[in-house]
Amino acid sequence: MAEIPLQKVSLRAPGANKGPAAAALIDVQGLSLFYGANQALRNISFSIGEKVVTAFIGPSGCGKSTLLRCFNRMNDLIDNVRIEGTVRIAAQDINSPEVDVIELRKRVGMVFQKSNPFPKTIYENVAYGLRLQGVTRKAELDAIIEESLRQAALWDEVKDRLNTSGLGLSGGQQQRLCIARAIAIRPEIILMDEPASALDPLATARVEELILELKKDFTIVIVTHNMQQAARISDYTAFFYLGQLIEYGPTNAIFTHPSNKQTEDYVTGRFG
Amino acid sequence: MMSEARGQRAPARRGLFRAAQYDWLSFLCTGVTGLATLLIISILAVILGVILINGLPHVSWRFITTGTASDMFDVNKAGILPMIFGTTARVILMTIFVLPAGVLTAIYLTEYARMHSPFTRVIRGAVNNLAGVPSIVFGLFGAGFFVRFIGKGMDGLLYSGKGAIVWGQPAILWASATLAVMTLPVVIVATEEALRAIPQGLREASLALGASKLETIVKIVMPQAIPGIMTGAILAISRAAGEVAPILFTGAAYYMAGLPKSLHDQFMDLGYHVFILSTQSPNVDKTRPLLYATVLVLLCLTFMLNIVAIFVRARMRKKMRLLN
Repeated sequence: MAEIPLQKVSLRAPGANKGPAAAALIDVQGLSLFYGANQALRNISFSIGEKVVTAFIGPSGCGKSTLLRCFNRMNDLIDNVRIEGTVRIAAQDINSPEVDVIELRKRVGMVFQKSNPFPKTIYENVAYGLRLQGVTRKAELDAIIEESLRQAALWDEVKDRLNTSGLGLSGGQQQRLCIARAIAIRPEIILMDEPASALDPLATARVEELILELKKDFTIVIVTHNMQQAARISDYTAFFYLGQLIEYGPTNAIFTHPSNKQTEDYVTGRFG
Repeated sequence: MMSEARGQRAPARRGLFRAAQYDWLSFLCTGVTGLATLLIISILAVILGVILINGLPHVSWRFITTGTASDMFDVNKAGILPMIFGTTARVILMTIFVLPAGVLTAIYLTEYARMHSPFTRVIRGAVNNLAGVPSIVFGLFGAGFFVRFIGKGMDGLLYSGKGAIVWGQPAILWASATLAVMTLPVVIVATEEALRAIPQGLREASLALGASKLETIVKIVMPQAIPGIMTGAILAISRAAGEVAPILFTGAAYYMAGLPKSLHDQFMDLGYHVFILSTQSPNVDKTRPLLYATVLVLLCLTFMLNIVAIFVRARMRKKMRLLN
């Protein structure tokens, strides 16, 4: 594993309030989220450093995807969502009215559980975000698209059919196309919501390799149901249960000697 | 434990399988449903057959390419070009009016309005109720709203003081607008269904790449919805082409010497002409062949307008597939 930025990782009690670590890129303080009267996140505080892979694990409905969607404000799309506490990215409160959500989403990219390429050509899928940013010169587009597809380990498979539909690719290729599309606009952070859950083991392995590769350039937060996957690819792991952050620390520590009984039960497969 | 429970239940030894029995009920149901279908098909065949047999001999090139100069009830002198023109023109005009209004409403309802707010529910209820209003009511509404209110209002504004009546009378414009109001629910519902069928994941993917809501709708949502919107247009055209009631008071003329020259002229209409032929003729027997021929042309025209719309939709689908 690569060097890990300085960061306080000894968080034990849920809701314990830790100050932002030195290299914290994402800093969450006292975050609670309500869907109407339903509380989905309970007083969550922790921070994520730069250029590391952080895995969110926990049983279904524990709030890990909801928390992930707080980082690019995807929850804005849902009616009756109320947020308390703060989420800071690069020291700026992203929920403050001064923050342009469009700008935020250009800096915090997302890859979804279900691969969702646009019904456009492979080329146009990757070009979409770039065109939105006003990149129109063909040569520039070509260069970034090739670079992004190479980085997503897809270039060799699609270079001869860039002008065919992205929907014609296999499931694993589609997901890598979505990753290429996300990294084309050079975000600082990539959020991945169970990116490999709909893929076969081989495609999953490719996506995992890719994540380890992308770590050099991007900060990655990944939600996963697959414990082995979290263990394989992440530097840090956060375990959530019923909307609470139960334990957060280096992945090694979480999986080998968790300090919390619930975490231990979950990572050893006794519940969840 | 599970395994113990399973262990106690050794499979019971049973005898031979029961002999197959003929499934009489299934046979009966096939018969009944098949008969019902046959009945519908035969009714359609009889209608089309009778019209074709009685009408076709009287459809001539002259009949469909000239107007009526002397006797509009005589099959050997009458021509129905003005009616073909009028019906085609009002259907095309209606499509031009109804598509933008219906599509924008559907976009508002699915993309912008809150899904379950009371306000959205009221609008949706209103749209559904609009679909159930009898067409003659639309005709009266059109006469009151478009002809008398809007038309008279325009005359007052444009030709104030001169007392001229230009827009404040039944006209092809108002007939088309009335038909557009009538077919609005069809287009709204079809477009809404098309928009709803687009996976939410595509919208989220677009937004997550930093697209605004408008950019997402224009670049991702709308191109996907076009075939569905075209289906709405086809349904609207089918419904409107043969309707007479909404145009009775809003623009259809009993007889006109020429074709309408502007949007504020009246027009002759095939459907209305069928009504005239069957009720106003001084010699019913002499008019009957003409009536059949006119109905045949009306059917063909409705058919053709539909085919044109279906063709356009197929072209768009193909174009989309190529682009994609």
